[in-house]
Amino acid sequence: MELRRVGEHGLLVVCPDAAAVRAAYAELRARADELGAVEVVPAARTVLLDGLADAAATQAALTGWEPEPGAENRSGDLVEIPTRYDGPDLDEVARQWETTTADVVRTHQATEFVVAFCGFAPGFAYCTGLPETLSVRRKEAPRASVPAGSVALAAEYTSVYPSSSPGGWQLIGRTDLALWDPAAGTPALLMPGTRVRFTDA
Amino acid sequence: MPDPTIEILDPGALTTVQDLGRPGHAHLGVPRSGALDEPALRLANRLVGNEESAAVLETTLTGVSFRATQAGRLAVTGAACTIRVAQRSVAWGAAVPVPAGAVVEVGAAALGLRSYVALAGGVAVVPVLGSRSTDLLSGLGPPPLRTGDVLPLGAPGPAPSAAEVVRRTPERVLRLDLGPRADWFTEEALDLLDGGVYTVGAASNRIGLRLAGPVLARRRDAELATEPMVLGAVQVPPNGQPVVFLHDHPTTGGYPVIGVVRSVDLAVCAQARPGDHLTLRVLDG
Repeated sequence: MELRRVGEHGLLVVCPDAAAVRAAYAELRARADELGAVEVVPAARTVLLDGLADAAATQAALTGWEPEPGAENRSGDLVEIPTRYDGPDLDEVARQWETTTADVVRTHQATEFVVAFCGFAPGFAYCTGLPETLSVRRKEAPRASVPAGSVALAAEYTSVYPSSSPGGWQLIGRTDLALWDPAAGTPALLMPGTRVRFTDA
Repeated sequence: MPDPTIEILDPGALTTVQDLGRPGHAHLGVPRSGALDEPALRLANRLVGNEESAAVLETTLTGVSFRATQAGRLAVTGAACTIRVAQRSVAWGAAVPVPAGAVVEVGAAALGLRSYVALAGGVAVVPVLGSRSTDLLSGLGPPPLRTGDVLPLGAPGPAPSAAEVVRRTPERVLRLDLGPRADWFTEEALDLLDGGVYTVGAASNRIGLRLAGPVLARRRDAELATEPMVLGAVQVPPNGQPVVFLHDHPTTGGYPVIGVVRSVDLAVCAQARPGDHLTLRVLDG
């Protein structure tokens, strides 16, 4: 894995693909204390270690390191998200996928997703699992307000808006499940590595 | 005796509650937040005898005024300003007593942008994810203060005995380490960056310091896959005008980061006003 320094306290692990990010994240998260990292943050093709007391030492410790083969399949918890597929953009996604809305729902429910990373808002999880061919274009003009619980698609990702916010993703349904509760022991229902299935509400 | 509180009479342009923030949750999409001028926060707390991590008020340009229900003490650090307690001028950068019922007026910043008002006992609003900080990006923590808000204070500890020398030379330089994506930029851009003089933009806020100056051109047109972002990251959008990520920055971003500002210079970012000129310096190695 390629390592890049990020300022005084950060180290960026550059991965060849999303599966390698999952593998690297799983292992680095487990080793966070040993590596002296305050933050272990995955994204699309990179994992950041931040808050390192001695970034040079951590870089030396990780030089030549590769995550254990199969670490990306170390299964996270499975979360089922009961969903009503009545989103305002269901027709638009069906058009983009050149299929029927019923088929969009079937595909979405048949896919086991994995949370690749969180971002945009607390608890907003970028879930991977759809093939590249089903990449979805964002809305041309983002909505000023997307309701909490909206189930959405954009690029190769699906997500659920954890709280109401502006947003440009295509909305295909909604869930009553609480995705984000800062007062809970685990504030985010969906965390990097969590497996996700969408079911009938 | 009822618990001590303060009642906000005028929050100015923007006054928020800040402590050392909530690092450790970035993988959930939670910004670190916290005081932009961390040394000023720590100093203000030490002056009144608080833990350095206690929550204080962070003002923006125009100050704040409030009434204290009980006798206590306060200290104001960060941006220099006038301070009046019960209509009498008191010292900046020092612990001063506040009589019960007194109105405290923290004036507009004379030098710098953000003042820090520590009250003995600390602001004791309910913490969220271990911090009382207002996060303007994600809305965690107490909302920006409004007239009439009542904030609880913790129990004050003993006054510190040792005096502190409070002095800061406002340097107008941001030193940065190159990377992680400096290789996305032209040699010319890297030359312009080192020693480049940039003007602080009016749209700057707790999320980012927007700079206008020499255009930093890319040598790659490719789109960067969403990447984790750090405090102090100098992100360069397609217009070539850098943005320095401050404490409420998003945890991920899609533009390449040419360098990262040294943590000692983040206080310069915190105190830079729109229109100020800042010089960027690239550090060797």
